[in-house]
Amino acid sequence: MRCLLPGVAVGELFRLTAPLSFWGGVDPTTGAIVDRNHPQNGVSITGVILVMPHGRGSSSSATVLAEMIRIGTAPLGLILQEPDQILVTAGFVANSLYLSEFVVSCGQVPPGDDGVFRLDDAGLSLESAGARSDSDGGY
Amino acid sequence: MAFLNGELGEGAALAMGLLVTIAETESATGFIDIEGAHIDGCLFHGQAGIDFARALVEGNATVQVPTTLNVSSLDLLHPDLYRGSASDAIAARELMDLHVELGCAPTWTCAPYQLPGRPELGTQIAWGESNAIVFANSVLGARTNRYGDFADLSCAVTGRAPASGLHLDSGRKAEVLVEVAVPESAFAHEIFFPLLGHWLGANTGTRVAAISGLPSDTTEDNLKALGAAAASSGSTAMFHAVGVTPEASTFEECVASTDIPSIRVAMNDLKRARDALGNGSGVPGAVSVGTPHMSAAELQHLALLVVDGRSRIPFYVNTGRGVLASVPDNVLAALEAFGATVVTDTCTYITPIMGHVDGPVLTNSGKWAYYAPANLGLDVVFAGLEECVKSAMSGEIHLEDPFQV
Repeated sequence: MRCLLPGVAVGELFRLTAPLSFWGGVDPTTGAIVDRNHPQNGVSITGVILVMPHGRGSSSSATVLAEMIRIGTAPLGLILQEPDQILVTAGFVANSLYLSEFVVSCGQVPPGDDGVFRLDDAGLSLESAGARSDSDGGY
Repeated sequence: MAFLNGELGEGAALAMGLLVTIAETESATGFIDIEGAHIDGCLFHGQAGIDFARALVEGNATVQVPTTLNVSSLDLLHPDLYRGSASDAIAARELMDLHVELGCAPTWTCAPYQLPGRPELGTQIAWGESNAIVFANSVLGARTNRYGDFADLSCAVTGRAPASGLHLDSGRKAEVLVEVAVPESAFAHEIFFPLLGHWLGANTGTRVAAISGLPSDTTEDNLKALGAAAASSGSTAMFHAVGVTPEASTFEECVASTDIPSIRVAMNDLKRARDALGNGSGVPGAVSVGTPHMSAAELQHLALLVVDGRSRIPFYVNTGRGVLASVPDNVLAALEAFGATVVTDTCTYITPIMGHVDGPVLTNSGKWAYYAPANLGLDVVFAGLEECVKSAMSGEIHLEDPFQV
């Protein structure tokens, strides 16, 4: 896995099944996907390590993601299947302005999503295994 | 290094730091000089945009190349149209003013390619705004990657861009062939182009496509609609139209190898695209056209369509202040007599202008149809400009296109 933006995220994995535009596709005030065309419409992406194919659509996504990091509705970090400079830009700006530790990596994530993971400059590692609670939504 | 160590100011150092990170992300071979920039970050999406622009201003940054500005959240020429909160308006204005303070030209349009002095074939630029990016690369043959907010402004204040992707010859070659296989009569209806664009974005993703089979008299406005729809449904930053766009006089010219995968697009694909973009029914509540901002030719066409008519529902026409100033007075007079509301500097799908609408909204824009349902919480009927006008005059939905399921 290649680190695109250094930082640290510890949390659960959530996989997007389709590309997502943060602008117009996510409500930044709640962190919920609002793109009616997205198969995971309605699901929250706040506080997870988000695994996504790549970004999509509007170039305004950088500000929306930076704003979500600022107010705490963003994912903790991203694992992209293809490098996406718009999303890296959002993380860089938030980390510069707000001293956040948003992390962006690029690579494939093997199956096995249960547990709490750590994503940092070195890649993705399992922090603690465990069955999912019923409350974590999204699944 | 003069940038990064702050010799050229803290603002330039922040901007160059971002560009270095982007360059590493894209495995760029270095940096190139750019000749112009277009900034998308002047549209208010929250405090982060203001904080970044202010950091540049306070760090003594100014743009190093001619730089235009995208739409904002406010219509400064028609301020009464804005129905949002006063606090959002104040923040939006602050963001706009900061960009002007950095030396950007207050053009406030998503279609900078409709302004005089647009970039030419081979010109290196750094543009934001997805529809402008795809137009610059595909139709003008200028060279820009898909810059997001912050990145476009960072290129402008440094005059540099990472040497990667679409800035390089190698990144501009088609990776997939799209063979358009529809009856010739389909081209006669303008919505063919945004429908093909919607399909293209959804089916070719980030790849540069070579589209074959488009008529040689395809207009810039057709390509604008195609690109804007593709950049909404996908990450399309460039396409070639063989025999139409400047880097594809032949198929061989726009590919590194003629052995690339191909996909065929037929009427059924376009019918499905039309269905996805909006097949609402009922009594229409409003019409919105001009996303991206209408060109002078489109405004003049609309003025001819509305002659002697009167819209029974709110009819919004989005365009740039530069284009509006360039069209003859009788065009504006015709739109006014029809009852149309001209919107400049912003667009009806990104800021509260339309207010509550009873019934679906007609639009001829693939981009508007893609984003407005989520942004504004309304239903869309996708239709050509002429059908939009007829529907507005009758108060009933009129559809005459051949793409209905």
